[in-house]
Amino acid sequence: MSIPTRTEIELGRSHFKDANARVRTALETADEVVLSDVNAQRYLGCALPASKRLSIYGTPGNDLGCYMDGGTVEVFGDGQDQVGNTMNNGTITIHGRCGDATGYALRGGTILVRDNCGWRAGINMKQYEDRCPAIVIGGNAGAFLGEYMAGGVIVLAGCAGDYVGSGMHGGIIYVRQPLEEERIMNGLIQEAVDTKDEPLLNELLTAYDSAFANEAPPLSLSDTPWYRLRPATARPYSSMYAH
Amino acid sequence: MFDCVLPRYKVLRDAQSCVGCDICITSCSNGVHRRDKTTEQLVADPKRCVNCQRCVVMCPTTAIAITRWPQVDSGSSQWTLEVMQDIAKQSQTGGVLLSSMGNPEPYPIYWDHLLLNASQVTNPSIDPLREPMETRVFLGSRPEILKVNERAHRVIEQLPPQLALDVPIMFSAMSFGSISLNAQKALALAARELGTFFNTGEGGMHRDLEPFANHAFVQVASGRFGVDAHYLNTAAAIEIKIGQGAKPGIGGHLPGEKVNSEVSRTRMIPEGTDALSPAPHHDIYSIEDLRQLVFSVKEATGYRKPVAVKIAAVHNAAAIASGMARTGADIIVVDGFRGGTGAAPKRIRDNVGIPIELALAAIDQRLRDEGIRSTVSLVAGGSIRNAADVVRAIALGADACTIASAALIAIGCHQCRDCGSGRCNWGIATQNPELEQRLDPEEAAERIVNLVHAWTREVQEMMGGMGINAIDSLRGNRLMLRGVGLNEKELDILGIQHAGE
Repeated sequence: MSIPTRTEIELGRSHFKDANARVRTALETADEVVLSDVNAQRYLGCALPASKRLSIYGTPGNDLGCYMDGGTVEVFGDGQDQVGNTMNNGTITIHGRCGDATGYALRGGTILVRDNCGWRAGINMKQYEDRCPAIVIGGNAGAFLGEYMAGGVIVLAGCAGDYVGSGMHGGIIYVRQPLEEERIMNGLIQEAVDTKDEPLLNELLTAYDSAFANEAPPLSLSDTPWYRLRPATARPYSSMYAH
Repeated sequence: MFDCVLPRYKVLRDAQSCVGCDICITSCSNGVHRRDKTTEQLVADPKRCVNCQRCVVMCPTTAIAITRWPQVDSGSSQWTLEVMQDIAKQSQTGGVLLSSMGNPEPYPIYWDHLLLNASQVTNPSIDPLREPMETRVFLGSRPEILKVNERAHRVIEQLPPQLALDVPIMFSAMSFGSISLNAQKALALAARELGTFFNTGEGGMHRDLEPFANHAFVQVASGRFGVDAHYLNTAAAIEIKIGQGAKPGIGGHLPGEKVNSEVSRTRMIPEGTDALSPAPHHDIYSIEDLRQLVFSVKEATGYRKPVAVKIAAVHNAAAIASGMARTGADIIVVDGFRGGTGAAPKRIRDNVGIPIELALAAIDQRLRDEGIRSTVSLVAGGSIRNAADVVRAIALGADACTIASAALIAIGCHQCRDCGSGRCNWGIATQNPELEQRLDPEEAAERIVNLVHAWTREVQEMMGGMGINAIDSLRGNRLMLRGVGLNEKELDILGIQHAGE
């Protein structure tokens, strides 16, 4: 068995095009690339293949891990907008907070966010065949969490913003603080979790806890019950039209 | 509740010609024709008829014809039968009216007001049957300065990626889901044969189409269906879809009943659920954000593929296109308000957007005025009906045209505008396996190839008549156009003179 190889790159103020070219070249030979002094360079980890690892110190720019195809991205800092945009597989771990549209059109893999995230996290998330993506948010979420969600799982430990699951027609959103009745969107059902939810929910909570051990209060040890939000139908707009 | 919705069509069956073979019954997925249980006579239910004309074409004795329902309207030019029927449908269902294909309303068709020039005496015309006539065009961004090593006759700098089209005609985006796989295969086969490109639309690329990927545009739309690194890299070019001429400003709803296992796998979504495309891309709220997505695609494809951005022709199209040209996009695609669709709210289709002729002329002029026309290619679609429209579009400034309705008409579409039902009797806009197998991809491809070959010959004839021997010399050559029946403002926007001037 070969020993995993590791390369370090300091990005400084380099343009995203140069930065990503250097990262791609390094990943051709190294299993892990460690980026330091990262200053908002976009698209880091774009289409990252399986078995590769990207560690980021600083602040990566928008579209971190876009089209990611496997592998692992770990950010020791905050993420910006569209973390894991149209991501296919793999894991992104953010030791901090994220901007808007985290996990836009996510169809596989896992995104773990230690703190808060912005608006529209998990928008257009989907699942198919054996792919079931997940986003775990340790803090609060902005408005329109899980908008148009067609599949996958979102776990929210903190407070939800307004319009949770607007247009949701698949998947599950787990919340620790149940929504007040008037904030539950039409077509969604909120109910206490049952034993069917436990294996996946526990797996995700444990993943969060091991990623952020000593950084954030563990989620899996809390006795606070969880609630799930699910759509009543996979066809929310089927009766809206006439021919 | 009593039903005020009248039939739209009446089925005429000539009793003397009819041989009672029942082919009309098996032809019709809408269940119009049947045998009366008591009399055993062939009868028709006019309410179910959508005028797709499948039974008319299939009837071996030409015994069937479809006519309009003979009911007169109220006599009011305000409350026409159609207006009142729409009210009846909505008062009975509470539904948003859905329709399909392009805007059928009688707005001006500017193509028909543009006349082409021909050479007489001076500047001799060219006979394309005997002289070379170049119809090849390249799509992609051109550098401001081309650095050439004069001695080695080599271009020094690497050009941005270019697409070569043997004909200035491509097929517009039509997704798997909205049309059948056989229809997509026909377009793919034809694109390969013709040396041009088809477009997968936003529904992902079915694995059966991958052998044609080097003739494919793949689309990235707001739902990001089927978009992954493999999808982007397998295609010849990527098109970011912002809007569509038939439904500017709104997203798409592919109804769950069309999301079968194949569509589900190709779109990478759960089976049986509605495929919802949000109205905007939620990572694009500005030109700067569009630039971000353009470069996200370029990063994912190693800067090897041209990236197109498609918008619907809307009021500020020229200003928007000016912004788009600065995003790093290689190709701007503009879709006019007569462009087709698998399904759109009728009020949107019939009332939103502007004619492609005006949008195209305005965009080309704006990009020229700003000195950035050569940084992008311009593709126009959404109402191209024949070779003369192609010539007009190119003369107004397009590098190439896209066709979709015309290509579908070539393979059987009769513009019944009922695509949304999924019961397309021609096997085009359906996912029903029995209906789909009515469309033979090979034969359909041959029809499309024939059509585009014929148009290309006509384009060559018209160019030759003008004394032009290459598409490049026709592009933006508005001296070859004259307007008839247009006012000053229209002539000004189109950038042409009136006939006789």
